[in-house]
Amino acid sequence: MTIDASTRTEGSDASAGLPEDADQLSAKLRRAAVEALPPERLMPDRQPAYVASWIYVFGVITICALSIVILTGVILAVFGPTWWHVSTTGLFVNSLHLWSVEVFFFAMVVHLWGKFFMAAWRGRRRATWITGVVSFVVSVGAAFTGYLSQQNFDSQWISTQAKDGINSTGAGAIFNVTNFGQMLMWHIVLLPLVVVILVGGHVLLVRRRGVVPPFAPPGSPPPTTDETGSADEPAAAATVEGRP
Amino acid sequence: MEPLSAVMVRLVGALVDLNHPGHYLHWGFIQISVANAVLILLMVLVFVAAILIPFRRHGGGE
Repeated sequence: MTIDASTRTEGSDASAGLPEDADQLSAKLRRAAVEALPPERLMPDRQPAYVASWIYVFGVITICALSIVILTGVILAVFGPTWWHVSTTGLFVNSLHLWSVEVFFFAMVVHLWGKFFMAAWRGRRRATWITGVVSFVVSVGAAFTGYLSQQNFDSQWISTQAKDGINSTGAGAIFNVTNFGQMLMWHIVLLPLVVVILVGGHVLLVRRRGVVPPFAPPGSPPPTTDETGSADEPAAAATVEGRP
Repeated sequence: MEPLSAVMVRLVGALVDLNHPGHYLHWGFIQISVANAVLILLMVLVFVAAILIPFRRHGGGE
């Protein structure tokens, strides 16, 4: 419906809509989204003091590397295999694609180790942990199909070696590693889509639940509601003082 | 005159010669390439360094 400006009260927020529109699906979705992730939690200015550590940097490095992987992948898709094998610019972009994947996995593994030893699933953060682990597994598949899509002897060797392993699982009938077209589609469409959705959800969950606090030292008071997960609001958000 | 890129390729190739079959480590039934072993070692070192090296706080704090 159209909105008549005269029906708005002075100082009201136009994005909040009219009372009679409150039952609309878009209004309900907007309310749920804002309730789950209010702007100040979605894009916070400050983080808890304990975040001022290098071990918290590797998640961001992983996302930066993923961005470069996707950007260089799009460029490779535009120009094709002859370009990335023959021209110097193509070889350079191809190398950027490879080495950003190396950085991606390097940073993701260090990130995973850090979160594992922090038991980062504490405080109702199970979904954050699980989306991270599944992202890692799907990324391995994305990298594997990438090695199969190189269009060189290396990819031929890897596919013929991998087919026996895949066939032994019984999945070879639907996932044929020697079918270049299928592997390319998995590499440039399906798996990147899944990785991006999972990583996006992972980041939103980090924003919603907050960064996991360190373990309390021995002899300290009982854990906060944040660690026991009995509260929806991250207790750490109340102790913001660091700006890493 | 030889282009700079070709000179760089020859220089790096002389320092790090990768034009040979990969080296592998064997330990019982475990077999791993030297390249992968070095990479894992680097990840462990970076992990330990990330925990031990102080993070410079914004505004010149501790």
